[in-house]
Amino acid sequence: MSKAVKERERVVIRFAGDSGDGMQLTGDRFTNATAVLGNDLATLPDFPAEIRAPAGTVHGVSAFQIQFASTDIATPGDHADVLVAMNPAALKADLDTVVTGGTLLLNEDAFTARNLDKAGYAADPTADGSLEGYTVVKVPMTSITVRAVEDLGISKKEAERAKNMFALGLVSWMYGRPTQPTITWLEAKFGSKPEILDANVAAFNAGYAFGETTELFAHQVVVKAAPSAPGTYRNVAGAQALSWGLVAAAQRAGLQLFYASYPITPASDLLHELSKHKHFGVLTVQAEDEIAAANMALGAAFTGSLAVTGTSGPGLDLKAETIGLAVITELPLLVIDVQRAGPSTGMPTKTEQGDLLAAMFGRHGESPIPIVAPSSPGGCFDVAFEAARVAIRYRTPVIVLSDSFLQNSSEPWRLPDVEGLPTIDPGFATPMEGFEPYARDDRLARPWAIPGTPGLEHRIGGLERQEVTGDISYDGENHERMTHLRAAKVDGIAADIPPLEVTDPSGDADLLVLGWGSSRGSISAAAERFRVGGGAVATAHLHWLNPFPSNTGEVLRRYERVLVPEMNTGQLAMLVRARYLVDAITFSRVQGRPIWADELADAIEELSRG
Amino acid sequence: MVDAPAGLTKKDFTSSQDPRWCPGCGDYAILAAVQGFMPELGIEPKDMVFVSGIGCSGRFTYYMDTYGFHGIHGRAPAIATGVATANPDLNVWVVTGDGDALSIGGNHLIHALRRNVDIKILMFNNQIYGLTKGQYSPTSEQGKVTKSTPFGSVDRPFNPVSLALGSAATFVARTIDNDRQHLTEVLRQAAAHPGGAFVEIYQNCNVFNDGAFDVLRDKPQGAHNQIRLVDGEPIIFDEGTRCVRIGENGRLEIAAVAETDPASIVTHDIHGRPSLAFGLAHISDGPWEESCIGVFREVERPTYGRAVHEQVARATERHGDGDLAALLHGGDTWTVDAAG
Repeated sequence: MSKAVKERERVVIRFAGDSGDGMQLTGDRFTNATAVLGNDLATLPDFPAEIRAPAGTVHGVSAFQIQFASTDIATPGDHADVLVAMNPAALKADLDTVVTGGTLLLNEDAFTARNLDKAGYAADPTADGSLEGYTVVKVPMTSITVRAVEDLGISKKEAERAKNMFALGLVSWMYGRPTQPTITWLEAKFGSKPEILDANVAAFNAGYAFGETTELFAHQVVVKAAPSAPGTYRNVAGAQALSWGLVAAAQRAGLQLFYASYPITPASDLLHELSKHKHFGVLTVQAEDEIAAANMALGAAFTGSLAVTGTSGPGLDLKAETIGLAVITELPLLVIDVQRAGPSTGMPTKTEQGDLLAAMFGRHGESPIPIVAPSSPGGCFDVAFEAARVAIRYRTPVIVLSDSFLQNSSEPWRLPDVEGLPTIDPGFATPMEGFEPYARDDRLARPWAIPGTPGLEHRIGGLERQEVTGDISYDGENHERMTHLRAAKVDGIAADIPPLEVTDPSGDADLLVLGWGSSRGSISAAAERFRVGGGAVATAHLHWLNPFPSNTGEVLRRYERVLVPEMNTGQLAMLVRARYLVDAITFSRVQGRPIWADELADAIEELSRG
Repeated sequence: MVDAPAGLTKKDFTSSQDPRWCPGCGDYAILAAVQGFMPELGIEPKDMVFVSGIGCSGRFTYYMDTYGFHGIHGRAPAIATGVATANPDLNVWVVTGDGDALSIGGNHLIHALRRNVDIKILMFNNQIYGLTKGQYSPTSEQGKVTKSTPFGSVDRPFNPVSLALGSAATFVARTIDNDRQHLTEVLRQAAAHPGGAFVEIYQNCNVFNDGAFDVLRDKPQGAHNQIRLVDGEPIIFDEGTRCVRIGENGRLEIAAVAETDPASIVTHDIHGRPSLAFGLAHISDGPWEESCIGVFREVERPTYGRAVHEQVARATERHGDGDLAALLHGGDTWTVDAAG
């Protein structure tokens, strides 16, 4: 019997359960099936810092949110239309993420007195009327799963573990997702354990079949493919795209990629990803600490590798002195900072944009360095490539400011034409008479003379250098010249990066919303919402934060008011105020989550009125 | 290291910079010894990299006409690890001091040794912070009176050789700045060792800690107190009158040869288990009493740089040269055609 089908433009689903329930995996699989279907999508993994907090408690809830649509979307959605809660703790932790009138799909088996108690419920919320206003759908997911796999000869524990696949199957039916990508993936993952494979496939199919046959759902919801530019697509998370961008840059530069890092959330995924690709000539070193990682990378840069060190906020603090050494030795070095909520250990798994000023100024002395921030998961590829190009061309460290949200979030990504990627000329110095290690070219870059080159033996280091010769110098006037030269070199990069683009469809906006980094999706969604309501607002998004694109001041001065939404307390706003004397207004959120489009749209609305 | 050239001289390794250490500093003697023996290695200056940290020893790189990287405090072993791992064909030396290597940079030292990174670490031990003008260091004797410890230091010093052995270093030696012959011989062996080497060099700071090593290095007492280690030979010193023997519970002790059963005199063995080397490292508490000099231990293990590159080579053998398009197109893809 086939049910009626309703069409929707966009849906937000949130999968929530215990850390051990496999919610990230469930979300990831749903995402993949959704991507293959051609929907536009954005995801938000939201997991606790604890690896396995006590089962059934609110601390241990791990969630994965996805928005998918038949139109162009930019964010994982402010609020969920559907919450899949595998236990009472998940319901308790995430109920406030669900829209009023949304659907709660609950694993009925988990709503026992004991679990309710562990979650801190005094009474069963499904029975006491507290969920009024929501559509509550109770499904005994665990027991149906156990029944579905009972003939497969696996333990009860293994059987129960497959309940996430039941949930995935059920939600896949609810939204008409294709089943084959999930089954193919399960086959690849569990190929060597046939009984586990069979159990997961059986649970998945049982979930799908349950959707088809149950009376609980009157209809299936369909979200059609989103129109998109011609090309080949895949779903990609920021960590993957950033890693591949580094691999691509090394390949187009003909250099060995050297990545040194110390395990830290959420940057470790870069180390994991790059470590898989050794046959690309990628060397990865897990260093003894953050400082070592930076110094190893700098040593590798000296020998002519594309050298990269990745970290998150606390590690950026530790690397600061080494970044200063890279500034004065003028060697290409990429520092990837996957920002997380600080200060100190802060909220390690939660996102923030709090490191902009640290990247800009967090070193002693005058030590300017270029800073660039990706603004979407797929965009991480381009930014990594671009950062490498600039580091190599200008012989300078470059900080890439990603963040936890971008790193873990995923979206459909149109694959670049690999052959069309520009080549990067490392421009190593070659044997010559009268070699001077601190001579400069037209862009003020010094030679990259690598060990092994005859006749170019020279010494670099942290002491101030004499202009041109590179000998140690304590001469004050020379120091002043070198200080200005280093700054001018970085400023000069502005001529080598695209201008700041403004989106202002009506052309009569008075208000400019200026953003950077991962909040681009929220900003464009908020602006779109405001424009649909008839308002006029302009948006612009910075990728290079040092130097700013050369037209930035002109753009800012074109608008009466400038609003800067940031997941910090106003760091970019402080920079543009100082630099351009523009009275920028801060929209600040530091709740460890992306800015919601709705709250930003409200702020735009309010500003436009006032 | 291609086409090892003959005819290199000390001059080829001497840069145009004039050394600027205090007159009488032990560093001059070490520099002369290093520059003097470098030509023997048959490695061109272009294939050599000297990396140093902060402190008086840090200046060393500027005086060698090789590639050089004067880093930041304590991090030379990490920079050198990057150099030697990125390009294992380079001949990499680290010059460091007791404060640089054992205090602020202790973590990098032990991990570079543990990994057996192919770098030769020369640690100039003068038991004092010289460049910051005379604070006690992690090798200063307990009770040391300095500007920062006017009532005497209360912390116990490191035994650098023991620390290196404990870090699983594959080559550990100790020598003395003013004994040119011994110093050169130890450097020679360190250079010949296929892997990471740690060489502690007792180096006199005549300004802030003059005479710290007099018990071992000056005449006539030096000849009595130096226990010279020679692989495969019985450990006998003080003009043949004293020896290191195995005492109670296998403990090593110093005794008069005349009162010792020749069978209990220790024969030095640099390739065996580390317990002997540890025992010899701890025969003294510091250079103020009879102490061993020479090579304590040398064993072979694969070097870190080679092992890292072998993984790359094996992965490339298995998967072929990395194909970027294939990497990006891996996993599920879908195509939107122009009409759609």
